[in-house]
This record gives sequence, structure tokens and C-alpha cells, in this order.
Amino acid sequence: MGEHQIRNFSINFGPQHPAAHGVLRLVLELDGEVVERVDPHIGLLHRGTEKLIEAKTYLQAVPYFDRLDYVAPMNQEHAYALAVERLLGITVPKRGQLIRVLYSEIGRLLSHLLNVTTQAMDVGALTPPLWGFEEREKLMIFYERASGARMHAAYFRPGGVHQDLPNKLLDDIWDFCDPFLKVLDDLEGLLTDNRIFKQRNVDIGVVTLEECWKWGFSGVMVRGSGAAWDLRKAQPYECYEELEFDIPVGKNGDCYDRYCIRMEEMRQSVRIMKQCLEKLRSPEGQGPVSATDHKIVPPKRSEMKRSMEALIHHFKLYTEGYHVPAGEVYAAVEAPKGEFGVYLVSDGTNKPYRCKIRAPGFAHLQAMDFLCRGHMLADVSAVLGSLDIVFGEVDR
Amino acid sequence: MSVNLTELGEHILASLPGAAKAADVGLGELTIRAEAGEIVRVLTFLRDDARCRFVCFIDLCGVDYPAREKRFDVVYHLLSPHHNVRIRVKVETDETTPVPSATGVFPAANWYEREAYDLYGILFSGHPDLRRILTDYGFEGHPLRKDFPLTGFVEVRYDDEEKRVVYEPVRLNQEFRNFDFLSPWEGTEYVLPGDEKAKAN
Repeated sequence: MGEHQIRNFSINFGPQHPAAHGVLRLVLELDGEVVERVDPHIGLLHRGTEKLIEAKTYLQAVPYFDRLDYVAPMNQEHAYALAVERLLGITVPKRGQLIRVLYSEIGRLLSHLLNVTTQAMDVGALTPPLWGFEEREKLMIFYERASGARMHAAYFRPGGVHQDLPNKLLDDIWDFCDPFLKVLDDLEGLLTDNRIFKQRNVDIGVVTLEECWKWGFSGVMVRGSGAAWDLRKAQPYECYEELEFDIPVGKNGDCYDRYCIRMEEMRQSVRIMKQCLEKLRSPEGQGPVSATDHKIVPPKRSEMKRSMEALIHHFKLYTEGYHVPAGEVYAAVEAPKGEFGVYLVSDGTNKPYRCKIRAPGFAHLQAMDFLCRGHMLADVSAVLGSLDIVFGEVDR
Repeated sequence: MSVNLTELGEHILASLPGAAKAADVGLGELTIRAEAGEIVRVLTFLRDDARCRFVCFIDLCGVDYPAREKRFDVVYHLLSPHHNVRIRVKVETDETTPVPSATGVFPAANWYEREAYDLYGILFSGHPDLRRILTDYGFEGHPLRKDFPLTGFVEVRYDDEEKRVVYEPVRLNQEFRNFDFLSPWEGTEYVLPGDEKAKAN
């Protein structure tokens, strides 16, 4: 018997693979079952969003943001709206801010529910997604009742939000909160102490805090490695300063810690939602939902029936749009997946000169090679799941 | 954000003579203009200096200004979690001059530089693997340049006879309509057809 010729084995993971969470093609180089190198090929969902935005007015650009991270659409619109508002120098009224925070937290629930349960599915569990998707459906109905669309809302617009919420909707969201905490307990009962789930996640995909920063990680990824870093606390926007909530922090920086953080963040989100709902019903939470400057925010339809000026404003805003003063700004929000930022360059016309979208998933996915080296092939899908990747925002 | 951005900008300018050219604060954000050739030195300083500690790499992107001699801006965004402050660093380059790659300072710059190369054709010297990233395999051109048309040049479809996806030049049933809504009485500088007659008399 001569010496065996040992060679590495390359396999294609995706682009159509249920654990790839979308259209990801991973070229894996394996030594036996150990991963030697990961080369993610992205761009299969590239739609040229940034190019399209440059050809649209500021208002027409809003719906493109729903289609980035389509799991939590309004959080993306939020970053864009903040950027435009900072260039224009306008502030959002209190009620508008509360509604934005309320719906941002609903978006966080939507995203974390999807991520936690499908990550469990990637490592072998089947029941969590069934339970989680039932709750997501309820949340998407809240989206629909506010904006008219289950997913692509176009609800947060520069200046505020599109429409006010009816009181019955506020009551229904309130009624959703406490039973939802019970569902979270049930989900935790399935996963947290589950032997198989722990075997697949504990000590898998460990990152230290220093590595997190230099790889550009944000959100749950840095919190899992021990930094109490959350833009809602560190660089508060809207009315997050007045709300009480805690930031869960992990110790080990592995997939299991990130799962625990997501579960706790959902509880904190419910806490924030309840505070918002209380404030929305109190006297301080009354008033307009968007800025009253009709050079930016279109007038109500009822006004248009009576006022010539309102009619002209409406016509100008939906054809030409408003002009944004020249300048550049970077606005970021704590989206469910991490720091979602918009770098907006304006040249003083009615269209953005450049709109760079900084998606958290892009930075996370490029670290796949670094995270998976030396792990087993089966761990690739566990790591990928816990990074929380959505291809809408990675490929743009 | 308690750090005084003006003072921080002056500190950076004083510490990097010849590399950092200007620092200005606008809309609550600090922007440093730097020499493209010295960008690695600037980023290393910003990462390691005790008053900066910009250890988190946020973003890198290109911006195209076709009218300028050096048409591209490369914009870096960094974050200092220790001091809770953000910074923007800008360098200028053109289509042929490469910018030194930042991958040695921040490994996260890798894909962002590939993206800037893909979408703008900005070159980075010393990058380990400067391939296209977002566009299709075998794509030609740099789509985010201002002189690249919105409709692109080619379209794909599945050809039933050849049993494969084929590329063809873009054919539009209706011409792409780009409405110029800038009011003629405020904003535009061109003369509307027919308006020159008004001034002739």
C-alpha cells in the first residue's frame, strides 16, 4: 500500500439552501469534515438600490428601505428618515416619536422571532418556527393596520410618520404584550435548556470583543461578546432617553449567548412598547404625528378640499418634492441586526446625490471565513444562523 | 457625545502633519480630509491614539464627482466606542491612482473595498483579493458612476432554445423617462427651448 493522496474537498453551499437564509453561495474548502476556508459569494440579490435612490426624490426613496432587511422594514426607514431630518433641520413631534419607537420595537420583535426560531430549525428543531411565526403574523397585522401593508410599509417618512394610529389599535397592541411574554417563556422552555440545542450552539463561533470591533460588528454580535453597547442608550435618538429598558450582555461571545441576548431583548422591547403605549394615551403624547411644515410634509386630504395653498403644496411635494440643503450626514439606528446607517450626501436638489447604506449583515457576513475556520461543516449553518443575515440588506 | 469635536479635530491635525489636511465640523459630525497616499498612517493613528481609539470600522464607500479632476471621494466612517464619538475621513482619488488598502489596519475593510472597486472602479493597492462582489459574474462597467445609465447596458433572460440564460443589449418598449421637476423659476441654469426669444428683443 502506497501513501494515500489526501486532498481538500470543495463544496458549494447554496445558493438555494434552506439554511442559507436567502440566496447565499458559500464555497467551502473542507479537510474531512473540518472547514479550512469559507468564501461567501454574495450579490445574487443585488438590485442596485443605491443607484435607484439617486434617481428618485427624497420621498420616493423611502420604500426602497423596506426592501433591504425585509424582516424588520420600518427600522431601515427610520435611519433614512433621521438622516433627511438632520439635513433639513426639522424635529419630529412627540407623538410621532412615540409611534416610531413603538413600531421600531415591533420590528425588533419581528426580526428576533424569525432569527431565533429559524436558527433553532437550522440546528434541528422544528416546533419553534411554527410557534414564532404565529406571533409574527399578529405583529404584521399591526403593521398593516398602521400603514396598509404587512411588510413594505413606507410608514416612517422624513418629518414623522405617515398617519396617526387609531385608539383601537393601541388597545390591541397592549393586549398583545402580556400573552406574548408567555409565548417567549414557552419558546425558552423548548430551547434554553435543550440538550441538543446547547450542544450545537455553546462554544460555537466564539468572538472576542477586540475582534468584534475590528471586524465592524455591531448590535447583538458585540453585546454577545461583553460590550454594553447599544445605540439606543449610547447615542440616543427619538425619545429613547426617556424610556426605561436594560441591555442584556453576554459573556462568552458564542452562538448560545447571542441566542440568550435576543430572547431577553424581546422582553425589553415589550417593556418599551408598553411605556410607549402609556405615553401615547397620556396628554403629553397627543398632538400631530409629523412636522407641520407643509414645505416638507404634505397636507391632510381634508385640508386640500378647502385650501388652495394646501392643494399647491400637495402637487409640488408629489411631483418635484422638497429640496434638501447641501451637506452630508451619517445617521445610524440600532436595528435588530446591528447598526444600520445611512450616509447621505445632498447637493441641494430634490434628489440625493449619494445614499450609502451601511448594513450590519454585510460586515457580519464577511467574517464568516474568520468565524468558521476550524469548525465542523455542520457548525457553518449554526454560525450563519446566529449572525442574523438577511440578503436584502447585504446585497442591496 | 460629550467630546469636543473641534478640539479633537485640531489634535488630529497637529499629530498628523502632512497626512491630515483639514478638519471641519458640520451637523455635529467631524470630517477629516486626508492625503490618499497616507491613509494607512491616518487610520492607524486614529485607531491607536489614546484620545481617539476609533477601533470600530463602520463603513467605507465611494462618491463620484465627475466634474472634478480627481473624481472620486473615498469616505471612511469610524466609531470610537470608548469615547462614544464618530469620525469621517475622506480622501480623493481618480480612476487610475490606487488608494492604499486599509485591510492591514481593519480586516473589515476587505469587502467594503471590494464593493467600492466593483461599483466605482476605485483601485486599492495591497488588497489581498480585489474581485467584484455585488455585481454578476463577468459584469462589465462600474454601475454607481454618475456616467453609468440607470437602465444599464445588458439584460438577461432564459433562452428556451439555447437552454441557458443569455445576455442581450437592453431593449426598452418605452424610453426611460427622467422628469426634471426642478422649477424653471428657481434652481435650473439651462434655458428652456423658446425662452431665448424673450430676451432677443
